[in-house]
Amino acid sequence: MKTDDLNSIILTLVTFAPLAGGLLLMLLPRRDRDIRIFALVISLLTFVLSLHLPVYFHRSHPGFQYEIDRQWVSTPNIHYHMGVDGISLWLVVLTTFLTPLCVLISWNSIHERVKEFFILLLILETALIGVFTSLDLFLFYFFWEATLIPMALLIGIFGHERKVYAAVKFFMYTMIGSVFMLAAILWLYAHTGSFDFVVIRDQIASGGVPSFPAAAQWLFLGFFLAFAVKVPLFPFHTWLPDAHVEAPTAGSVLLAGVLLKMGTYGLLRFNLGLFPEQARRNASWIMTLALIGIIYGALVAMVQPNMKKLIAYSSVSHLGFVVLGIFSFTQAGLNGAIFVMLAHGISTGGLFMLAGILHERRHTYEISEFGGLASRMPVYAASYLVIVLASAGLPLLNGFIGEFLVLSGAFQDKAVYGILGATGIIWSAVYLLWMYQRVFYGKVTHPVNNSLRDLSGFEKWAVWPCAAAALVMGVAPIMWLGAIDPAVRAALAPFAQVVGKVVGQ
Amino acid sequence: MSVAFLPGVLQTLPQNADYVRILPEIVLSVFGMIVMVLEPLLDEKTGQKILGLIALAGALAGLAATWFMAQVPGVAFWNMIRVDGFSVFFHVLVIAIAAVVILSSYEYMAVQRIRAGEYYALILFGTVGVALMSSAVELVLIFIALEISSISSYVLAGFRRHEAASAESSLKYFLLGSFATAFFLYGVALMFGATGSTNIDLIAQALRAGPIPLLAFVAVALMFVGLGFKVAAAPFHIWTPDVYEGAPAPIVGFMSTAPKAAAFAVLLRVVFVINVHAIFWVIWIAAALSMTLGNVSAFVQDNVKRLLAYSSIAHAGYVLVAFAAAPQLGTSAVMFYTAAYAAMNLGAFAVVTHFANAGERYVTLEDYEGLGRSSPLLAATLTIFLLSLIGIPMTGGFFAKFYVFSAAVKANLIWLTIIGVLNSGVGAYYYLRIIVMMYMRESRKEIPVTPTPLALRVALAVCLVATLYLGLFPGRVLQYAQDSAQQLVPQTSPGVTSSAKVHTATETF
Repeated sequence: MKTDDLNSIILTLVTFAPLAGGLLLMLLPRRDRDIRIFALVISLLTFVLSLHLPVYFHRSHPGFQYEIDRQWVSTPNIHYHMGVDGISLWLVVLTTFLTPLCVLISWNSIHERVKEFFILLLILETALIGVFTSLDLFLFYFFWEATLIPMALLIGIFGHERKVYAAVKFFMYTMIGSVFMLAAILWLYAHTGSFDFVVIRDQIASGGVPSFPAAAQWLFLGFFLAFAVKVPLFPFHTWLPDAHVEAPTAGSVLLAGVLLKMGTYGLLRFNLGLFPEQARRNASWIMTLALIGIIYGALVAMVQPNMKKLIAYSSVSHLGFVVLGIFSFTQAGLNGAIFVMLAHGISTGGLFMLAGILHERRHTYEISEFGGLASRMPVYAASYLVIVLASAGLPLLNGFIGEFLVLSGAFQDKAVYGILGATGIIWSAVYLLWMYQRVFYGKVTHPVNNSLRDLSGFEKWAVWPCAAAALVMGVAPIMWLGAIDPAVRAALAPFAQVVGKVVGQ
Repeated sequence: MSVAFLPGVLQTLPQNADYVRILPEIVLSVFGMIVMVLEPLLDEKTGQKILGLIALAGALAGLAATWFMAQVPGVAFWNMIRVDGFSVFFHVLVIAIAAVVILSSYEYMAVQRIRAGEYYALILFGTVGVALMSSAVELVLIFIALEISSISSYVLAGFRRHEAASAESSLKYFLLGSFATAFFLYGVALMFGATGSTNIDLIAQALRAGPIPLLAFVAVALMFVGLGFKVAAAPFHIWTPDVYEGAPAPIVGFMSTAPKAAAFAVLLRVVFVINVHAIFWVIWIAAALSMTLGNVSAFVQDNVKRLLAYSSIAHAGYVLVAFAAAPQLGTSAVMFYTAAYAAMNLGAFAVVTHFANAGERYVTLEDYEGLGRSSPLLAATLTIFLLSLIGIPMTGGFFAKFYVFSAAVKANLIWLTIIGVLNSGVGAYYYLRIIVMMYMRESRKEIPVTPTPLALRVALAVCLVATLYLGLFPGRVLQYAQDSAQQLVPQTSPGVTSSAKVHTATETF
């Protein structure tokens, strides 16, 4: 097949390969080993397929690529319109990268209903990729809602003690948030006759939408609410710690790694893309919320006795950086925001896997239950250290690049945002390193920890790719930013205040 | 022809095509009568099954007859009946509902130890009534059709005759139902007084001719009360939970879909053909109330049948949102919604029917604990129906809600849309409770799991395919609905559209 032919269907293949795998999995007999191997093969295959996207991506081209646009339903005018630009490209790859790791980390930790678990995981992957590749608002909403069910079921069936509470809370929060987005989407359709993102964007930009000025603020808020719940932005974050603590490890990884990015991606794509004027007007209070999220999340993370909750609150803090970067409307800020999304996906995904490994051995996430593990599990401790440092933003690891860019963007916008945001980096170093010290250094305080096993083969294969990715992203961020930057500049074009190039090419 | 020498009379006599235009009703009635006649002749045990098969054959023949009916669109019997895309749509829908209900009753009757052939006959007669409602354009005929369907439902509701709850259900339904139909009849009488006609088209003409008399407003409002009762819209919904709880589960599936669809069809004709202007706010309030009351009350229900009863009230509210919207968009949205709702709700009730077991013992939420483990296929099927009721993408329920709300947004009913989407968000909770019970809790009781009989499997498969088809490829059905809506509306259009616009604009202030 020629590359051109492949280019037009590659997104469809990447998006639906996991779903097809999940459906095939339903037909397989309940032999757990076969099911695990099959799920791994499918998820790896999807990852390999998705590598086509960055490899053949035209980096200097700011618009959508690999586009496919077919009519799906005639009335209303719904299109199967997919495509990626520099903003969504890496989020797709992040999803396909994390899913095989999720399969590996669940290899031995899921014993019951193995088949259902991997079916749900693969369906979830399809929905997640679909969110990032859809260019039709309807299709986007379709996939957006479709992520809810498998995720809620993963939490509710395979989670820990308070799993049902967490699953229902997660479902209701996001469901209620997203119906407002649906209302906004319907309004846009009623007044433009199209669900197509590009069509609607251009129509709004040219002022061709009747009664738009009066409704714009409400539409902006409709989208914003759905995304703010998902990010989660303070004060909509309370579902997150519950969902994370109760979710199985793979669920946490995808939740933190990818699901939260759906929110920030949506803010960037839709709130900025469709409503630049309202985005500008509302930026100050949104940035304030983001700053509260950064600092509050970090402070709460610091006092958590529970390792998984600590990581969950650190997500609130990190995602605050993303929102801060997005609403700084600077090239550096946006580049940084997207980079933080990727970096956070890798490092927090890794942290959740590591926490899950510990939970599997000791059935607790309490930090006080551990201590001195470095001497008992040296490989585990070393891997943990790399990921913790990446998350804390050590230079040469991936966390640093993104946060640095975000902060420089925030400074360009208003110095006080930058100063307050910068404290977040200090806090994150404090709570992460303090946690690391309590868990790994000192003497072994609980005798039961003396006999803990170090990483097993599957666990190594799950964790090390994350550590490697954190390192590569930290050393050679240009590989990512080179594709991101043109899209960012295109996204900022309506704001007409693009400040000097940050990224060399 | 023997009357050929009387040309004047010939013109008024029904033509052959007239009979084709009610062919489905004729076929269903004939099969119903065959069931009645054969019932005493067959012995009790085998008879049940044979009668069930005959009834099923009757429903399928009715579907085939609908095809013939669709070939001869037009009016029949002195303008009392109109066959158009609209009535064909509802004929197919209600007769398909009857077929599925017969299928899901097939084993139920044996399990509940109910021996009565007239059960199937009554389903067929009830279907005649609801089918006739969708093609009647004459208010008196609509009333008669309404009565045919209601009386069958009253009796069917009481079929678990050993159970006090069933008798209560039947009696309650009968008393309140008669009261409601009396309202409808009163409305018809007043409308006749106001316009001098009971034919919908003539009424529309008369009303368009001059200022609308107050009497006509009252008449439409009274008719709305009568039909609002049938569709279980708040504030005429009080009967629903008790009746649904007591009535046999397959019959609840029937009652909550077929007569509702037909009543919506009548409402569409009455409201859009006569005028929407008069009762715009009445519908607005009924829609908001039904959605909110239905969803809020469903929150605290522990009995699955009651829960689904409140959910059906909420769904009636969503449909009414489309009524409040502009005629054309609203009509097709209503049609799509009734079809999607029928598929998912019938499916849900079919599962409930099977799971309830003898004496309908297992109908509380607790009983559903661990169902995902003990019978995974049944649980998965119910989950899909529930997700559709929530309105999750890929299911018919999603597009149904979607069309309704997009119609409402197009008509600028922003507040009603917000109430609606909020409700559909909040409403997700109680459906989710059932899913939680099935998958996330372990069973604490010993509940016998009986294998799913073939007839029920077929019924479930039909509902499942319909739900997913409407969720993945809604285009065709919606296109059909829109085409037939266009046939329905133009006769009135200029006046109605503009008055609707005026009113919808005021709602947004």
